[in-house]
Amino acid sequence: MFEAILLTVMTAATPLVIAAMGELVAERSGVLNLGVEGMMIMGAVCAFATAHMTGSPYLGVLAGIGGGALFSLLFGFLTLTLVTNQVATGLALTILGLGVSGQLGESFVGLAGTKLQPITIPVLSDIPFIGRVLFAQDLIFYLSIALIIGVNWFLFKSRTGLKMRAIGDNHGSAHALGINVVRTRYLAVLFGGACAGLAGAQLSLVYTPQWVENMSAGRGWIALALVVFASWRPWRILAGGYLFGAVTIGQLHAQAFGVGIPSQFLSALPYAATIVVLVIISHNRRTTLINTPASLGKPFVPDR
Amino acid sequence: MVSSQDQGEPSLLSVRGLTKLFGTFAACDGIDLDIAPGEIHALLGENGAGKSTLVKMLFGVLQPTAGQILWQGQPVSIASPGQARSLGIGMVFQHFSLFEALTVGENIALSLDPKISLSRISDEAASLSKTYGLPLDPKMHVADLSVGERQRIEIVRALLQNPKLIILDEPTSVLTPQEADRLFETLFKLKAEGRSVLYISHRLDEVQRICDRATVLRHGKVTGVCDPRQETPASLARMMVGSDVAAVHREDLGTPGEVLLDVRSISFAPRTPFAVSLKNVSLNVRAGEVLAIAGVAGNGQGELFDVLSGEYPVADHDAIKIRGTSVGHTRINGRRLLGAGFVPEERHGHAAVAQMPLSDNLLLARAHSDRKAFLSGGFAKVIRHGAVRNAAARICQAMDVRKSGDDPAAGSLSGGNLQKFIVGRELDRQPAVLIVNQPTWGVDAGAASRIRQALIDLAKSGSAVVVISQDLDEIFEVATSIAVISEGKLSDAYPAGTLSLERIGLLMGGIHDSTQNTSHEASKAGEAAHAH
Repeated sequence: MFEAILLTVMTAATPLVIAAMGELVAERSGVLNLGVEGMMIMGAVCAFATAHMTGSPYLGVLAGIGGGALFSLLFGFLTLTLVTNQVATGLALTILGLGVSGQLGESFVGLAGTKLQPITIPVLSDIPFIGRVLFAQDLIFYLSIALIIGVNWFLFKSRTGLKMRAIGDNHGSAHALGINVVRTRYLAVLFGGACAGLAGAQLSLVYTPQWVENMSAGRGWIALALVVFASWRPWRILAGGYLFGAVTIGQLHAQAFGVGIPSQFLSALPYAATIVVLVIISHNRRTTLINTPASLGKPFVPDR
Repeated sequence: MVSSQDQGEPSLLSVRGLTKLFGTFAACDGIDLDIAPGEIHALLGENGAGKSTLVKMLFGVLQPTAGQILWQGQPVSIASPGQARSLGIGMVFQHFSLFEALTVGENIALSLDPKISLSRISDEAASLSKTYGLPLDPKMHVADLSVGERQRIEIVRALLQNPKLIILDEPTSVLTPQEADRLFETLFKLKAEGRSVLYISHRLDEVQRICDRATVLRHGKVTGVCDPRQETPASLARMMVGSDVAAVHREDLGTPGEVLLDVRSISFAPRTPFAVSLKNVSLNVRAGEVLAIAGVAGNGQGELFDVLSGEYPVADHDAIKIRGTSVGHTRINGRRLLGAGFVPEERHGHAAVAQMPLSDNLLLARAHSDRKAFLSGGFAKVIRHGAVRNAAARICQAMDVRKSGDDPAAGSLSGGNLQKFIVGRELDRQPAVLIVNQPTWGVDAGAASRIRQALIDLAKSGSAVVVISQDLDEIFEVATSIAVISEGKLSDAYPAGTLSLERIGLLMGGIHDSTQNTSHEASKAGEAAHAH
């Protein structure tokens, strides 16, 4: 029973963690992309369609990543090349993504999906309890853990990651040092899009292997809140993602058992928790200075 | 030192006819410049003379519209700062290009070859900083460092690339005299190693002290190349400004009158982790007096200004008295109604809203204190636009504010002209008490002398004036008495004539005299130094 609940929590948390990791990288470079929900749903529809037509869920995963990345390229072009307002463009991307995915997926509604099968790792999966939970999961779960380790290493150990943090802190100075601000941000936005697409693929290939319009159901927004909740630190995304995932599952169980907590309250909990975290981190100016990307959301126009 | 150089041997860097147009405005107009190997070359000029634009083109941040840059005799085009660095040009910016969220080591690593490991960079930085006398800890976050320490990072960062030419943009504007002396020693070491330095400054005494040659710019054109040691400050200033700078005229201000501003032992806890706490600050200023408060930036000047202006009230209502009325709990507008005026340090954002026209900025500051003049309709508070515009025009006239159009946005004015306007905005009310923080920070010589004269004239007309400043020349020009702030503690006020530069330097460094005796000795030492 407990194991079953844990497994559903993990399945609910994985897309949140992946999408939030992508957004974290974009925001560390100073780009605020509010289009996570839109990129996620585009990834979901591309993944489902490809898996359905080819019969291979792995091609579906690739298509999800590609769909999300391609869609984020639109955001990158608008905000980085044409220097449009990031908040407005991100919101537009979400609305556009929900609409386009509904259109693309119309003929797939009600069709049976192809589920991504778990990969059981020999030996390790025989460990009692945790073996079944951690080492008999699908590819996307493993990728989510690899992402956290990889992004953490990239940001805090690699030179390119250092440059990216520098751009996020002060893009003017970074430019003066000869760092290519726009190119780095394009890559960060693309990475964010790819992650959101992968998270979408998880929804339509693992979580509920079918296509339903608006199936992302606000998870993109939770991922955005999660980045702030984690104060732009990769490992805190893992903790926060599982916390928010547990809240989502708890909400379903509470309804099933008829517990008297209104479901609206539980759905609002991640956002309320994020506000509490914001209050806590803004209380200490030093932690804010050191963790928050200072040029987040600010347009960059180099001197000519 | 240039004698070893043959006549035909090329300069390290030559610039021929360099021009930069912004639209139709020529920020740099046909500039010629030659820097020899192993010389400290000064680039002099007022704000807006084109110094920064020129240097940005040399460092590849901006691209020239026309003209040529020759590096060791070869024509080069410098497309990016990276390219400038690979040629052997290092730069220390005026507004530091540091990343507050990163550590010292990471900041340095960003400008270096990505193949070098972070730990090696830290080691090299540590050894370099020892060689040149610039102590640094690579693991500290920049956010926790002082301005002087931040400048050291910039210098070490430039030196790590082993440059042949180092460009320093106004390096001493943030340093104590002692710190500046240390910087000069570093520069002499660099010169002895055969490196060249391009030293941008508007401090004539420094330029005369350390530079071998000077190129003077005005309105984007070269107005002279000279050996600064052969010139007088007045002749250098003439090249910079184009006409003789009006010397500030100060007759004896007469005997001071009654105490108009009285502050008794204020202590004020810091509001943010980066603020300085004020410790037991007392001062009083009489009618006809100018009290100047010297000190290095970040020693509590901003906090002192905030409690004096009423931006943050103090606990004890009687601790601050303006014209005999207790105002410790009174806010800015209440203090203004008692005849006080305030000019904060930051022009943009604090003293003026950059996007709004001058008339609106005037109204924002004085709507309360000059309600009768600017507002009508009683409760409805309808703005009398005509009256406000007339007053703005009057201020511009009185302070010689140069602007384009009738009532331009505050942000469109140059720094000096906007500063003249915001000082004039207060002077126009003839305040009985005027408190100004850094009145001529980043302002050109002409505007600065206009502002200083206005402050002296105000005191002469019977007001009490407090000038908080980092500029010692300015302090000696305007002050009747001088106090020094250091780490939130304010020294006693001394009559302006009795303090030597050395003595102020010591006070700025936080060496307060505990007894009358040591102060006596110090001033004796100062006299002895003068005698030599």
